[in-house]
Amino acid sequence: MKISVNVNGSAQENDVEARTLLVNYLRDELGLTGTKIGCDTSQCGACTVHMDGKALKSCTCLAVQADGCDITTIEGLAQNGDLHPMQQSFWDNHGLQCGFCTPGMIMTTTALLADNPNPDEDEIRHGLEGNLCRCTGYHNIVKAVAAVAQAGGD
Amino acid sequence: MAVVGKAVKRKEDPRLITGEARYLEDIKLPGMTHIAILRSPHAHANIVSINSERAAAVPGVIGVFTGQDFMDVNPLPCPWPAGGVDNNLNTPRALEVEKVTHVGAGVAVVVAEDRATAQDAVELVDVEWEVLPAVTDAEEATFDGAPQLHENAPNNVCMEWDCGDQSGTDAALGSSDVVVKQRLRNQRLIPTPMETRGCIAQHEAVNGEYTIWMTSQAPHVHRLLFTAFIFGVPENKVRVISPQIGGGFGAKIFMYPEYVLTTALSKKVGRPVKWVETRSENYIATTHGRDHVTDVEVGANRDGTITGLKVRTYANLGGTLSTVAPGIPTTLYGRMLSGAYKLPNIYCHVTGVYTNTGMVDAYRGAGRPEATYVVERAVDLVASELGMDPVEVRRKNFVPADSFPYEPSGNLLNGLSYDSGNYDKALDMALEMTGYEDFRAEQAAARAEGRYLGIGLSTYIEICGIAPSAWMFGEGWGAALWESANVRMHITGDVVVTSGSQSHGQGHETSIAQLVADELGVSMDQVHVQHSDTLGTPFGYGTYGSRSTAVGGVAVWRSLQRIKEKARAIAAHEFEANVDDVEYVVNDEGVGVVQVKGSPDQSKVVGEFMGIATSAAGGWDLPGDMEPFLDETAYYDPPDCTYPFGTHICIVEVDAETGNVGIKRYIAVDDVGKVINPMIVDGQVHGGIAQGVAQALWEGAQYDENGQLVSGSMMDYAIPRADLLPSFELGRTETPSPNNPLGVKGAGETGTIAATPAVVNAVVDALSHLNVRHIDMPLTPSRVWETIQSRSNGGNS
Repeated sequence: MKISVNVNGSAQENDVEARTLLVNYLRDELGLTGTKIGCDTSQCGACTVHMDGKALKSCTCLAVQADGCDITTIEGLAQNGDLHPMQQSFWDNHGLQCGFCTPGMIMTTTALLADNPNPDEDEIRHGLEGNLCRCTGYHNIVKAVAAVAQAGGD
Repeated sequence: MAVVGKAVKRKEDPRLITGEARYLEDIKLPGMTHIAILRSPHAHANIVSINSERAAAVPGVIGVFTGQDFMDVNPLPCPWPAGGVDNNLNTPRALEVEKVTHVGAGVAVVVAEDRATAQDAVELVDVEWEVLPAVTDAEEATFDGAPQLHENAPNNVCMEWDCGDQSGTDAALGSSDVVVKQRLRNQRLIPTPMETRGCIAQHEAVNGEYTIWMTSQAPHVHRLLFTAFIFGVPENKVRVISPQIGGGFGAKIFMYPEYVLTTALSKKVGRPVKWVETRSENYIATTHGRDHVTDVEVGANRDGTITGLKVRTYANLGGTLSTVAPGIPTTLYGRMLSGAYKLPNIYCHVTGVYTNTGMVDAYRGAGRPEATYVVERAVDLVASELGMDPVEVRRKNFVPADSFPYEPSGNLLNGLSYDSGNYDKALDMALEMTGYEDFRAEQAAARAEGRYLGIGLSTYIEICGIAPSAWMFGEGWGAALWESANVRMHITGDVVVTSGSQSHGQGHETSIAQLVADELGVSMDQVHVQHSDTLGTPFGYGTYGSRSTAVGGVAVWRSLQRIKEKARAIAAHEFEANVDDVEYVVNDEGVGVVQVKGSPDQSKVVGEFMGIATSAAGGWDLPGDMEPFLDETAYYDPPDCTYPFGTHICIVEVDAETGNVGIKRYIAVDDVGKVINPMIVDGQVHGGIAQGVAQALWEGAQYDENGQLVSGSMMDYAIPRADLLPSFELGRTETPSPNNPLGVKGAGETGTIAATPAVVNAVVDALSHLNVRHIDMPLTPSRVWETIQSRSNGGNS
């Protein structure tokens, strides 16, 4: 099936199988491998991207459902070589170790702050419920998100 | 500007936060094929027949293979047959041939042009099974009449192992004022790194060389196992590359059937072969951890002095043995049972048992969390029995700060000794941060209102920086455990470090660079740490056991000393001075210079273009017969292990109505020796605490009576979420290890080792007024609620 998707500001036209998931389309068709696959039950959140500005687990969506949509992946977050404030904050606050959950974490938390620019710790932690990290105990992820919120987001 | 001891941001992060890092799943090779593995749905069954005709006929399928096709490939090795038993080691093959002993064992494989085709086709492979009765509990498996897994292991016993002083301990328990007995279950855990396992293998027929990309914490060890044990080819025929790795926690140390299968298939089909584990496969086919049933007896006198500790453990090893499975519940468990305490008598007897479950091997902490759980629960049981404060009992029995090096009684450590420590100091700091006395008052007030607050301590030690090779050999380990490193300063002054250890999230590229920057006087940007490719790095045993800095870091340090010696000799030649008069100093700007002592005007920068680096690399004018280049390799085999310690304190509130345990505060004071990067060390502690807390409260692999893993997905296995955990309050004391020149001990496992008993002790403390003495993990709401209900009805436990 033919689809037209705007991915990281670039118009894409592709012919995909009906069963292709959005995450596989992004990774295998477009070569955007920054988006990760960490489970097969939509628990881990490593595949989180933005669809029309909202966070979405790209394993829960067929590529054909993205037809006509704007998709942003981790590769599209930095602008003109400048890191997004959330990327910078994860770096500054040691919000990552192995880095596998990190793209999903960053996409989720940027969307979280778009919805709620001034979350308290509890709200940040609840906002991260759909993303699993096995390295950090979430401590520094929460700190990284709070730091961006405190600085006034993006 | 010294950088050691500073929270330097990680060099590896830019590629990770932008999605540029290449993990195994991100690698594609031209002509690459994909596989799907048919796994046993039964825990215990004979393979009667396999018919692959329907699968082979699917368009896009290149071939279908069974275990019979790999009889020329050796079974996987088990190089740590601890316990001295080696005639009943049962390890997996690339694919099982006659029978399976756990759900998930591979019996057939489909190779296809793409993964979806392979997955579709593997469902068409027909297997006729003869299903056998299964047993999943380690103790029950030893009973007469239990299903027998392997002919060479009667009563399913793999090994019997003991340590310490049996008769002395029995005598001590017999003459103690009190003896407390308790059965403790340390439940099975599933490591669950966020990245599953995977392997890509390419075979070049023209020269017989394999290149294997794999999710490995120990690429050199994997190559060693492939070459010497499995395929019987020399080292130069196998190159192992570990790309960016998404966490391991022990599970990626080992050789697995899928790696052997993928590699063997690359030769069979003559094209690259890729296998990436699904999360469902990860739960059933990647190693698990823990799974002990332990009876503990602890004796004490009325004043709180512990007189003896007797431990009897059944360790579940799974249906077949993983790479170092027997070493975990023996050496890394029994030898740690003195904990932070001067115990006069200790004895431990372990039975390692085969059951119809997945393989069990090292998971973060590996034996040491199990030992710490036994010791720290035992101390609390003594306190409860004697009506003493758990803090007081701990202080009473601590190894005193002036007793180091300390050798535990009964030759428990088989010749090794605790290196250094000040256990009271860490405890004092943690109590101060907690406000311990205030909490006890708050707890009493809360109880009066019907609220159940509790506090739990864990004053742990651990064994890190494993280990002296000769000592490990004596423990049955069939290799060594030294590390090596090469340091080269290039003509421009930039420094490349190659190391045999491997980083899968720990930040070696940063902390090793800090060490180099300070020692040589170069900038962090000038240091490049390379690892994880057997082509181009010196041999190393890999990253686990909190050993990368304490062993691998020292190998780097030794190389740096040799670089500095050579730089001095070159400078002496250029200055026409005696080498003894030339010193290597790092100036106030952090720049390394060689200079004539007392004549700083006669000096030269080392790490810059046209500096000593250039003199050495150019080689135009070197003293005597000196070889060009600053390029040094060093090996380091530690004389002893390192022994971090600390105090963790957890405060919980148990909901009396629901049994839910909420963590109100978590305080951790760790002493990991000298700290190179406090930000990285704190991060290791945070993650470790989360995993340790999760064992206490939520995680647990569950098998049903038929050996089906019912906690086999992220929906069913309780990985902690952000909303379940608090922010952690960390403190640190710093007692250098005298066992290595860096004074470092190791920080990767402290959190996991310390946290679990702290949380359980806190919950038991919260319910102590109900006469609760112990609850087995995980302390789920239902289990806690049932305990409260039974006590409220007048029961005891």
